[in-house]
Amino acid sequence: MKFFPLILANLFRKKLRTTLTVGSFAVALFLFGLLAAIRASFNQGVNIAGADRLVVINKVSIIQPLPIADRDHILRIPGVKNITFDIWFGGVYQDPKNFFPQFAIDTANQRIVFPELHVPDDQWKAFLGDREGAIVGASTAKRFGWKIGDRIPLQAPIYGGTWEFNIDGIYTGTPQASDLTQFWLHYDYLDERRQFGKGMIGWYTVKMDSPDDATRVAAAIDSMFANSPYETKTETEKAMAGSFVKQFGNIEFLILAIGGVVFFTLLLVTGNTMAIAVRERLGELAVFKAIGFSDRFVSLFVLGESLLISLLGGIIGLALCKLAMPGIGDALRGMLPFIALPVSTLAVGLGVAIAVGLLAGILPATSAMRLRVVDALRRV
Amino acid sequence: MVRVDGNGKTDSLIQVRGLDKTYRRGGEEIHVLQGLNLDVEKGDFVAFMGPSGSGKTTLLNLLGGLDVPSRGSITVAGDEITHMSGNKLTHWRARHVGFIFQMYNLIPVLTAFQNIELPLLLTKLSKSERRQHVETALSIVGLADRAHHYPRQLSGGQEQRVAIARALIADPTFLLCDEPTGDLDRKSADEILNLLTRLSTEFSKTILMVTHDPMAAERAQATLHLNKGVLVEGAHAGGPA
Repeated sequence: MKFFPLILANLFRKKLRTTLTVGSFAVALFLFGLLAAIRASFNQGVNIAGADRLVVINKVSIIQPLPIADRDHILRIPGVKNITFDIWFGGVYQDPKNFFPQFAIDTANQRIVFPELHVPDDQWKAFLGDREGAIVGASTAKRFGWKIGDRIPLQAPIYGGTWEFNIDGIYTGTPQASDLTQFWLHYDYLDERRQFGKGMIGWYTVKMDSPDDATRVAAAIDSMFANSPYETKTETEKAMAGSFVKQFGNIEFLILAIGGVVFFTLLLVTGNTMAIAVRERLGELAVFKAIGFSDRFVSLFVLGESLLISLLGGIIGLALCKLAMPGIGDALRGMLPFIALPVSTLAVGLGVAIAVGLLAGILPATSAMRLRVVDALRRV
Repeated sequence: MVRVDGNGKTDSLIQVRGLDKTYRRGGEEIHVLQGLNLDVEKGDFVAFMGPSGSGKTTLLNLLGGLDVPSRGSITVAGDEITHMSGNKLTHWRARHVGFIFQMYNLIPVLTAFQNIELPLLLTKLSKSERRQHVETALSIVGLADRAHHYPRQLSGGQEQRVAIARALIADPTFLLCDEPTGDLDRKSADEILNLLTRLSTEFSKTILMVTHDPMAAERAQATLHLNKGVLVEGAHAGGPA
């Protein structure tokens, strides 16, 4: 600890250079935090998916519908406990930028199949009694400042015209484990009012008796509708969420590639800074050795500086990222409902910063260790 | 009593026997020091003079354990340092040698106090004990009121006094001064020489000083001349008297 002021004093020898290097670390770690949060947000949907739920979609594409009549056939398959369905509404609130997902739901089974999304009983009751009613997720309600009783107009590019809904309830859940951005309306109301596609739904969500039945039940559903006009593709909710993420491309690779390039550049920048810092004060390091500081101490001294720069930059960058996360979430307007910076990411970020700091400091520290006092003093 | 004939007392503080230092430059061997003998006793103040390239600084580096001889031995207070490992030599330097350089070589980002304290960081002294030692050293060199000044805020003479305090602080066996007044004006040089003389007479410090300045050499109890790698007692610069 008594050597810490020495490291600190050297660090601020060239304030501008140190500030810029710490700044580059901060920017890199901010970017790392952001990319990691986006990656985690994409994967969060996969992680929270119910293990005992299957999703049944049209084999051609999720945007192709399925008949509502299939429901009763599926329910008869052994191992199927319950079933519900949804269909994409695709409305626009004021401006297309104000995106949030809207689904017409099967009010009879929604709460049974998705018990993790909580709607107070009185609000649910009000919703059931109101054909133009809607239940909205807490995040979306907060985003637009909606409260129960508000009347919300949505433009409906798919079904045409303006549809108005009454907010009858707000559903909640654990923010990190539930998508709180959805907007639910009555399927019956949609089916009655729309001009086409009557009796069709978007996809089914099947609740099973046991997750162990998943493969068998999925195969049974798909074989039941094989060679019909509406063939199905059934996957676990987790696999479905995973496929959805894959539609965006290899996000993981993209993030790793960008992160890798950023950190490699950072390694070169910091390594160069440390090399210059050591070269500039060879004489001083020689004096340290002359008065009795060991080679090992001098190398640790240089390494300590590099580490301190990286840690400072890392902490600043990750702290800024953490602080910016709510703003980023708002700016993305619900596109990534789970965006957040988990503690594990912060720890990994700091670990990466430390690793880069150590790697960047190794060469200068080694040259400082090997420095011959006589040669260095001759140059002073 | 300083001797260069190799017949000094067996308990001399510093004993140098048959010291050779050879450098290889290209294919050519340069003999900087040749068969050098030296005996220095505790409390001696010795000046080394000689033309540039005569090997004065090389001798000082060898005596301070900063360089290793090609042949011969150096014994300080009973420790033969010529065969010590790098690490052992580093610890030995911390205990036995105080260096004073021509260009002061203070750490610019540390205050006078922190510069002087540096050697004590290698000891087990507590913070308050270190502070006490530094304050004493500062008062000896007459800079008690400059403790928190950075080197850039001090004159050359004051910087050299801080360097002397740093050299003294761990109470080393001897001080090695490489042209301590070489970068100073006459007045500041005199102040530094007064201080070194005081350290020798009042505190019985053993001082070995390389200098080009005859007035500085006059302050020493003995002046030795180096010429072509050979040490000569009581001779003038440029060759034996």
